[in-house]
Amino acid sequence: MRSALQQPFKTAVLVLVWGWLLFLVFTPNLLVVGASVMTRDPGSFISLPITLDAYRQLLNPLYLDVFLHSLYMASMTTLVCLVIGYPFAWALSKVPRQRQVLLIFLLIVPFWTNSLVRTYALKLMLATNGLLNNALMSLGLIEEPLKLLYSEGAVIIGLVYLLLPFMILPLYSVFEDLREDLLRASHDLGAGHFATFVHVIVPLTLPGVLAGVMLVLLPAMGLFFVPDILGGSRNLLVGNVIKNQFLDARNWPFGAAASIVLTLTMAFLMFAHRLSKRRIGEEGA
Amino acid sequence: MKQTLLSLSNLSKQFDGKTVLDSLDLDILDGEFITLLGPSGCGKTTLLRLMAGFEHPDGGTITLASQDLTHTPPEHRPLNTVFQNYALFPHMSVFDNVAYGLKMEKRPKEEIRERVQEALAMVQLQDFARRKPHQLSGGQQQRVAIARAVVKRPRMLLLDEPLSALDYKLRRTMQVELKRLQRELGITFVFVTHDQEEALSMSDRVAVMKDGEIQQLGTPREVYERPANLFTARFVGETNLFPGLVEKTNGDDTVTVDVFGLKRTFAKPDFPLRDGQSLHVLLRPEDIRVLSPEASDGVSGKVVERNYKGSTLDSVIHLDDGTEVLASEFFDEDDPAFDYRLGEPVRVSWVDGWEWLLPEEASPVGEETNVDA
Repeated sequence: MRSALQQPFKTAVLVLVWGWLLFLVFTPNLLVVGASVMTRDPGSFISLPITLDAYRQLLNPLYLDVFLHSLYMASMTTLVCLVIGYPFAWALSKVPRQRQVLLIFLLIVPFWTNSLVRTYALKLMLATNGLLNNALMSLGLIEEPLKLLYSEGAVIIGLVYLLLPFMILPLYSVFEDLREDLLRASHDLGAGHFATFVHVIVPLTLPGVLAGVMLVLLPAMGLFFVPDILGGSRNLLVGNVIKNQFLDARNWPFGAAASIVLTLTMAFLMFAHRLSKRRIGEEGA
Repeated sequence: MKQTLLSLSNLSKQFDGKTVLDSLDLDILDGEFITLLGPSGCGKTTLLRLMAGFEHPDGGTITLASQDLTHTPPEHRPLNTVFQNYALFPHMSVFDNVAYGLKMEKRPKEEIRERVQEALAMVQLQDFARRKPHQLSGGQQQRVAIARAVVKRPRMLLLDEPLSALDYKLRRTMQVELKRLQRELGITFVFVTHDQEEALSMSDRVAVMKDGEIQQLGTPREVYERPANLFTARFVGETNLFPGLVEKTNGDDTVTVDVFGLKRTFAKPDFPLRDGQSLHVLLRPEDIRVLSPEASDGVSGKVVERNYKGSTLDSVIHLDDGTEVLASEFFDEDDPAFDYRLGEPVRVSWVDGWEWLLPEEASPVGEETNVDA
């Protein structure tokens, strides 16, 4: 009797979960894979025959340049986020519990405003006649306004601004789990602060670092509106390429292929993340 | 006579304005097994951390063999710690955990391998060198933690409730093993526990602590048989405390005390006495003799509880005035069926000369600390 009551509920949940995965995750991705191996068609977007032309086109030095430049900007973004986020998360895990809650809340508040709007706000701040330049000039630090906008730097600043919380939160969680007695044990066994950092703290926080990198690096390559608003024409991301191919150039196979390459990069990073977690024995024995 | 290895003098420590240790003095002798025993919050773990260097005292000094360690960071102290929850590095193999301290000393690879294997053999884990800590049982993790601490050949090993996470049987095995290790290595062990049985069975000396102060320092026998105060008497072992009244002090270093109307003569205790003063007469359950109701000696009462313990029969007896008495009697070969009925009338006496006298204390032990054995 109990199982008869439970069975329909269980079935419904399973159908919902699998249906969701099938129609909203698996199918769209399969369509993208499909589109990437089709031929471009001005009328119906894609058509037969099946070809790897789109992937071959990705190897075109022009696009390779865009991809590498995009990867470079995303990597710099990730690096800056890591350099700021790592000590930030560490410090965050050390403050008293109640203030921790407040600080995490403040970290999340910006999410309540649309990121596009926030990027426009950033544009106003970085503009030649903007807040930052005016402040620096009135402080007498600079004679004439700096040209901050429409540069590689502006794109990276924008990406860091939008993505920093995604670096801090997973790092905060590993620092929270970092047991004080492991650090004591390390000192007890003769390791100074630097050796303890290298041999104990870094390996144990590595899963958080990789999770943060995953959450920053890949979105950083895709957030096309940031270069659109802050970057000018020379600082494109892979996201801009994909968007342009679908919306402007109407080359769906090529856009799809570029998107697949991004997805594969993500899959590789997730695999590395899993390996690092297994190393410290959090999963499976 | 053993020499002092570590000398703690006038140590004080506060946390958030709350005094945890109050000008504490303790000399730890070279090669001894000393236990810091006390209820939780008595400051024993803080004391151990001060020795290890994880905390810094607000006042006082720590001296190891005439070298001042008070402000030396833990990595430069020739002591090692076995942590309560082992604190093994989860990302390192058993071998790398044990090798960690030697690598920090930058020892040659060959020497590290030999010494790690030697240490693992000592705790019978040589076949587990490649495992990760999470692949080991609690007892095995405990052994790795011990191997990791002794591989550095420290002057002293600090053990912070190392057995508290193990089940009863494993705990007994590890107790024996720790004693064996200490004998073989000849290292001074400082052992922290709240388990008085563990403290009595393992230690050369026990320091009973309460409220950041050492209540008594002595051999297990002294602490058990001649407790310095009511706290120690109650914390270490089961205790009967009978109210006594000094009848008269005799010239021959004895004193006559009235206990439940019985006039008993005791050796004079080492605290001042005057006639008519009340005091406590301490008797352990095994000192109590339960006699038949027809006996001429003793105080009358009746059995209210009996517990069969295998080798002993433990009973609770209510005296006629309501006083509760704990008695623990060994089974007699001649009378294997020896037992009590509940409600059975008996008379309670004790072996002369086994009692211990304690003065009344200013603040009665109302807030006594109950701790599981």
